Amino acid sequence: MTSFLALFYKEILRFYKVAFQTVLAPVITALLYLLIFSHVLSGHVEVYPGVSYTAFLIPGLVMMAVLQNAFANSSSSLIQSKITGNIVFVLLPPISYREFFLAYVAASMVRGVVVGLGVLAVALFFAPVPLHHPLWAFAFAFFGSAMLGALGVIAGIWAEKFDQMAGFQNFIIMPLTFLAGVFYSIHSLPPFWQAASHLNPFFYMIDGFRYGFFGASDIVPGTSLVIVVASCLALSLGALHLLKTGYKLRH
Amino acid sequence: MHPALEVRDIHKRFGDLHALRGVDLTVEQGEFFALLGPNGAGKSTLINIIAGLARPTSGTALVMGHDVRADYRAARRALGVVPQELVFDPFFTVRESLEIQSGYFGLRRNDAWIDELLAGLGLTDKADTNMRRLSGGMKRRVLVAQALVHKPPVIILDEPTAGVDVELRQSLWQFIQKLNSEGHTVLLTTHYLEEAETLCKRIAMLKQGRIVALDTKDNLFASFTDKYVRFSLKSGQMPASLREQACEANGCYTLPLQDYAELERVLRSLRENGATVGEVELVKPDLEEIFVQVMRTH
Repeated sequence: MTSFLALFYKEILRFYKVAFQTVLAPVITALLYLLIFSHVLSGHVEVYPGVSYTAFLIPGLVMMAVLQNAFANSSSSLIQSKITGNIVFVLLPPISYREFFLAYVAASMVRGVVVGLGVLAVALFFAPVPLHHPLWAFAFAFFGSAMLGALGVIAGIWAEKFDQMAGFQNFIIMPLTFLAGVFYSIHSLPPFWQAASHLNPFFYMIDGFRYGFFGASDIVPGTSLVIVVASCLALSLGALHLLKTGYKLRH
Repeated sequence: MHPALEVRDIHKRFGDLHALRGVDLTVEQGEFFALLGPNGAGKSTLINIIAGLARPTSGTALVMGHDVRADYRAARRALGVVPQELVFDPFFTVRESLEIQSGYFGLRRNDAWIDELLAGLGLTDKADTNMRRLSGGMKRRVLVAQALVHKPPVIILDEPTAGVDVELRQSLWQFIQKLNSEGHTVLLTTHYLEEAETLCKRIAMLKQGRIVALDTKDNLFASFTDKYVRFSLKSGQMPASLREQACEANGCYTLPLQDYAELERVLRSLRENGATVGEVELVKPDLEEIFVQVMRTH
């Protein structure tokens, strides 16, 4: 237990020490999206009756920030440690693979949620957003950040160069988040892309998270949650398997 | 009493490369032991297997009687490793690094020992300095401190003095010798053979994944009875009969002798060739020469 707490504390301290880059920068990025898209599209799009486009956009941007930052935390920590060689500091002590996994994922969740709350706090100055079902919103933020934290562990273990990590980020994480309905309702898409969106687990996270705020969603939230939890479990099992076998860590 | 380290028939393959070819090694508790070998001999691979950083293809390794895989928690608690590369975590200060490392080993309040380590390694006034701001030598000291935060009974130092200045090297060895005198087992790999010669009582030599010599330092020296004469010439030439056996470096010739009586024969043949000898010195082999010979004959 102490090993887990120490590793969790180290991971928190790591991003806290560079909070300018790990917390403030993503909050600013999300606000830029909010400013530009709400300015361009407000008045043109109304997704749910009585909900302004700016208000619609806010939960999506919050969740996008949660997911991207949860992924960035575990993946960048691991790749940096591997490349600089200081990964030995966590491989030499008696830390079990389960503690290792939990510490990296829990710290990722904290960073994701902290950045998400930051985006939400500032975005509320732009438009009021109701919070009809806070528990639903919390559940999606919890499992969504856990899933991306686990995916970050997998990417951090797999990638051997920053180049490969950038590939993972740009070719997998970015398209999946941008095509998950952050900026639009999938009902506005042509049938093919609507069907394609249903294969994207990020879509269910954002749709379900938005349900927590507006009480309306494209998919029944229970269904979305089952899909998100199942995806989270699958990726967690994958990451645990890699850690247990020592893939690319213990040669 | 368990041996401090026990390695049984360890093989390690990386694809086609057979890095370790059946290594057996036992280091008793309290020993100061040297593991020597040229680059690529498999020293670091062997250390990595003992430390759990690598997994053997076959064979077992035990630290204080604990299997490094089946009982990895106890094995790792008993072991402190100073890695070869100068690695550090750029996010933290020296004290934070040591506190975090203590936590990994399950130690919550370790301040007294951390202070002692900082003092012993001359790091007290650097405790709150970020790791990035330390010189290479200082970073090396922190690596030693990190390896010792949990007071491991067994300490492995993988080339700890590579690129380290003389003063630090001496203070480091004083510190390690003190730990050894308090009962800690020390296994050392180094390219500075005089360090191994001064510090270690027992020595293993590794070549191409096999142990080619394993004995006490005294026995190793006793088994290499070769003697040498080293001389320079004031004038004249080396006779052809001696030239074949001699090594020349910086104007000095070194010739192996079977026994001291042979010296007379060497001097006579030089005289007969019209050469005048300048300085003459009888040389006993040091560890470096023994090492070179062992590597040559295996």
